[in-house]
Parts: sequence; structure tokens; C-alpha cells
Amino acid sequence: MLKILKYSFYDLMRSRWSYVYFAFYLLLGILLLFLNNDLSKAVITLMNVIIVLVPLIGAIFGVMYYYNSKEFTELLLAQPLKRSSIFLGQYLGVALSLSVSLIIGLGIPFVFYGLFKSNAIWDFSLLLITGTFLTLIFTALAFNIALSNENKIKGFGYAILLWLFLAIIYDGLFLMTLIMFEDYPLDKLSLVGTMLNPIDLSRTLILLKLDISALLGYTGAIFKQFFGTNFGLIVSFTTLIVWVILPVLRIVFKSKKKDF
Amino acid sequence: MKHILAFLLIFFTTSIGFAQLIEVCETCPISKIKQAIAQASNNDTIVVAKGNYKEYDIIVDKPLTILGKDYPVIDGELKGEIITIKSDNVTIDGLFLINVGMSYTEDFAAIRVKKSKNFVIQNVVLEKLFFGIYLEKSSYGKVFHNKIIGDAVQEYSSGNGIQLWHSNHIGIEQNHVQNVRDGIYLEFSDDCTIKNNFSAENLRYGLHFMFSNDDIYQDNTFENNGAGVAVMFSKNIKMYNNIFKENWGTASYGLLLKEINDAEIIGNTFEENTIGINTEGSNRVVYKNNDFIGNGWAIKVRGACYANQFIENNFLYNSFDIAYNSKVNDNVFNNNYWSNYTGYDLDKDGIGDVPYRPVKLFSYIVNRTPETIILLRSLFIDIIDFSEKVSPVFTPDNLLDNNPLTRRNTW
Repeated sequence: MLKILKYSFYDLMRSRWSYVYFAFYLLLGILLLFLNNDLSKAVITLMNVIIVLVPLIGAIFGVMYYYNSKEFTELLLAQPLKRSSIFLGQYLGVALSLSVSLIIGLGIPFVFYGLFKSNAIWDFSLLLITGTFLTLIFTALAFNIALSNENKIKGFGYAILLWLFLAIIYDGLFLMTLIMFEDYPLDKLSLVGTMLNPIDLSRTLILLKLDISALLGYTGAIFKQFFGTNFGLIVSFTTLIVWVILPVLRIVFKSKKKDF
Repeated sequence: MKHILAFLLIFFTTSIGFAQLIEVCETCPISKIKQAIAQASNNDTIVVAKGNYKEYDIIVDKPLTILGKDYPVIDGELKGEIITIKSDNVTIDGLFLINVGMSYTEDFAAIRVKKSKNFVIQNVVLEKLFFGIYLEKSSYGKVFHNKIIGDAVQEYSSGNGIQLWHSNHIGIEQNHVQNVRDGIYLEFSDDCTIKNNFSAENLRYGLHFMFSNDDIYQDNTFENNGAGVAVMFSKNIKMYNNIFKENWGTASYGLLLKEINDAEIIGNTFEENTIGINTEGSNRVVYKNNDFIGNGWAIKVRGACYANQFIENNFLYNSFDIAYNSKVNDNVFNNNYWSNYTGYDLDKDGIGDVPYRPVKLFSYIVNRTPETIILLRSLFIDIIDFSEKVSPVFTPDNLLDNNPLTRRNTW
């Protein structure tokens, strides 16, 4: 598995797309910092971008990579290799190269700007951690979609739909549920609703760390009480990890059964 | 000429004879302030030299001037009230009062003025206090250039810096109040002027009005208080050129208006407060030439606010400009500058050609169901805000600024 991982990783690291992705974050970081001059405000703007863009890129890129390397995969399948290690290796190769682009691309401008001397370092690390998690989650989901759909167009469609659902539609449904049940105490419901969607969970985790959390008022206080404790942090990171593990398990399961 | 000179000479010697100078110091024959007051006659001046005086319950019951030289320390040893003024025409100047007693049943103050007129309290420094300067049914006095530094931790076990109760025509100027419960508190006090004060880090409010009418406060700075300034159940209050800054926290605001009628809020700056102005049941209030910069909510309008005018203000980079919780709008917004305005100005007259809607759909939803705030900064919210902007359904459709400026207001 490690060998395949290494191969996919180096292959991707040499590809044009990771350079574009890397350059995009580098430019974004530089632009934000040198136009804004305020580290914590830059973190908020970055959060907006990361929460929307990272899942989208993860989903699309994962599907794309799977379809593109399909012939190579079939070649590998002819070798005496475990199926799970082939697909896991490919998955990890994609996810890691995307994460590396994200971390280094954003990291360089921030480090040059003087991140280590600033208080924003924890906010920033949280941003990178959640960004990495989102990459892992959405790439895994993308591999699932690609494994289940032979048709490329259908696969891309589902990937975009998945992103659309988790990034936008889910919030709409969530909002409607909250408004429908406004006569009841909503603290637990809103907590659970946030926990279930990795994008919402990441957004809340970052927002609560920033000054802007004072805007959340009473609800924010409840959330802070929950996420501020070790228990809350452990629960939310566990949720994120479960969001990674479940699709990965399905990759293993599906790839074993799939007829090529 | 000679006669006049002689007359003047006699006049001055006799008047000096009237107003004697009594000196108090640690080694003098008179080493206690109480002693000095007992010996003094009306209109005398008591000069307190530098030193440490352990005294409390000093009662000033005749018109005197008590003057501290180089800030003598009067230590109340936490036993009770330090100075109580019960006479008209008293001046207290240049003392350092420390260790006021704390009680749950009595409001001990460093200096209490009781049913007196024409008093002056100036250049006094108060530390380790319960209540600072407490004016009770007194009028025509002046509280000038004092420094009050408390160490309040809990609201229920701390007092206010400067408190007025049934006191009219008081001037409060150039005081510095910090770390007490309410910086300055007015209850049933009319026609007072509060000017050039600095009130910060107080547990509750920087300035607090209750049932006080016709007061004016201007050029004050309120910074980082529990909740800024609260003006409640008062009429005809004028608020000019104050700075409300960094009142940031889940239940904080710059200015709270509750049941306020006919007030004027002009030329103030609201910067980085969770809520700039929170207004409820306030009518005929004029908001003019104010700057709202970087607040969470610039103005939150709760129920029953009618005939208010918001004219020529600057709304810069607030998360929400206006929050409204009803569909009825009887307030006027005109000629404001909104940094979120995206319209155009074809005829270049400085007024945007498209009206601006200051209430976002999300702020309306949050007002209805507060828990939905957890969706702040979600992509979905941006989308519905945009669609509401294009065709308003939920927000009051006459709530708009018909003449939004394209350039920042200057005055």
C-alpha cells in the first residue's frame, strides 16, 4: 500500500493541478495578508474560502483522479496485490497531496507574515486541521461515488450534488427545521445538527475560536460551553474522524466486491 | 481715596477673620479632620497636610472647604462611610480616600452628599471603595476631575462610582471611573450635565440613567464596560459626541435605550461593540451624524419604536447594519452612508440611485429564532440574503434608505 501511496503521491505532486491548487492558496494567502494587514480578519476570510472550496476541490479532484487513473488501476489489479491496498494507496495519495498543497500554500505567506509571533497561531492551526479533515472526508466520499458509478458524467454529477447538499442544502434544511420547531428548546437540536455535517462542524469550531463568536450570543454561549470543554473537542474531532473512517471502510468493502 | 482704602483694609481683615484657616497634620495640635470640623466655624477652610489619617464617619455639617495638600490619605479601614456632607456650600478638594466599608444592607460611600446645595467635589482620588460619590437629594453641585478606581468583582457586592439619587442640576465633568459596578448612575435626577468623563472596565454600565429627564451627556468615552451605557425610562436626554468602544461580549452593547422618548443622539462614535445601539420602546429619537464602525449589529430595533429618524449616519463594516423584529416600520432612514451598499450613482450627485435595504433576511430570521445564528457565515445564508435583497418578502418593504450616500458623511 505504501508503495502505491508513494507512487500516486509523487505522480500528483508532479501534476499541473496540484501546482495550480498550491499556487491558488499561496496567492490567496499573500493577497489577504498584505491587503488586510490584520491576521485574525484574514483567518475569518480564509475560513469562508476553505469551508466552501476545500470540499468542492476534494470531491471533484477525487472523482477526476479515479477516472483518469482507471487504466493504471486495472493494470495494478492484474498484479498480485491486495485490492484494498491499491485503492487506499490511491486515496491517501490524492488526499495527502491536496492537504500538502493546502498547508504549504497557506502556511508560507502566514509564516513570512510573522505567524509564530502572533496570537492567531492557534486559530490558524485549527483552520489547517479542519481544512485537512475536510480534504480527507470529501476525497473519500468522492472515491466512493467513483467506485459506484462507471459512468463518468454521472460520477461528476453526484460529486457536485454531494458538495451542494452538504455545503448549501443541508444548511437550508437545518434552518427550516430550526424555524419550524422554534417553540421548543433548540439547543440540543442545533448542536446535533451542526455535529452531523462536517462543513458546519468545521465552521462552528473555527468561529467559536474567533472574536466574532460574541455575535452568537446565548446560543454561542451554549456552543462554547460544549465545544470549549475537552469533552466537546474530543466529540467533535471524533465526529470528523468517523466521517473519514466510514467512507474509507466503504472504499475497502466496495473495492473487494467490485467486478472490473 | 484714603477712606476707600481704609474701608477695604477693614473689610478684608474682618472677612479673613470670618474665614479662618485650620491646619490638620499628623504632628499638629489638630491631628484629626473630625476635630478640625468640630472647631471650625462657618465658611472656614480646613487644610489637610500630606499624611495618613485613619478616620471614618466624618460628618461635615457646616459650610466648609476641606482642602488636601499633596493628596493626604484618609483610610476608612473598611469600617463604613468616610465623609458625609450635610450642609450647603461645602467644597472637598484634593483628598485621597481609601478603604470604604462594604455592607449588604447599607450603601456606604466614600463621599456622600445629603440634602445639600452648591457643593463642589473635585480632584479627589478614590480607591478600594464600595460606593464612590453618592449624591442624595442634593442639587446645584459639581463633581469635577475625580479619579475613581474600584476593584469590583461581583455585581451584588459592589457599588457605583458616582451615584445620583433625586439630585438635580449637577455637573459631572472630567472624571475617570473604572472597575466599579456602574461608572455613573443617575436615578430620578433631572437637568444634569455629564461631560468629558472617561468610564471603562465597569462590571455593569459605564453610564446608567433611570427615570431621569432633561439630562445632557457629551464628549464622554465609554470603553470595555460590561454593557456600555443604559438609558432607561427617561425623556429628553441629549447624547452628543460620545465614544462607545469595545463593549464586546455575548450580552454587551454600546448603548441601550429602553422607553426613551424625544432624545437626541448626535455625533457619537460606536466602535466594535457587539450591539452598537439596542433600542426598545423608544419614540421620536433623532439619530444623526453618528459613526457605526465594525460592530456586530450597528442598531438592533426591538418592539414598539415609532417615529425615529436615522439621518446622515455612517455605517461602516458592521456584520449587520440594522436588525428589526417586526414587519411594521414607522422609522425614517435617510441620507446615510452604508459600506455594504452596492448600488450605483449615474448622475454623480453623491446619492445612490437604488435605495438601500439595511435589514438582511438573516438578521430578521435570527431575531425570530435566535438559535439560527449558528448558521452565521454559511454559504446558504449569503444566498438567501442576496435573494431577499433582490425581492424583499420578509423584511418590511418600506424599510429602506431612499437616498443612500455613495461617499462617507463628513461633518
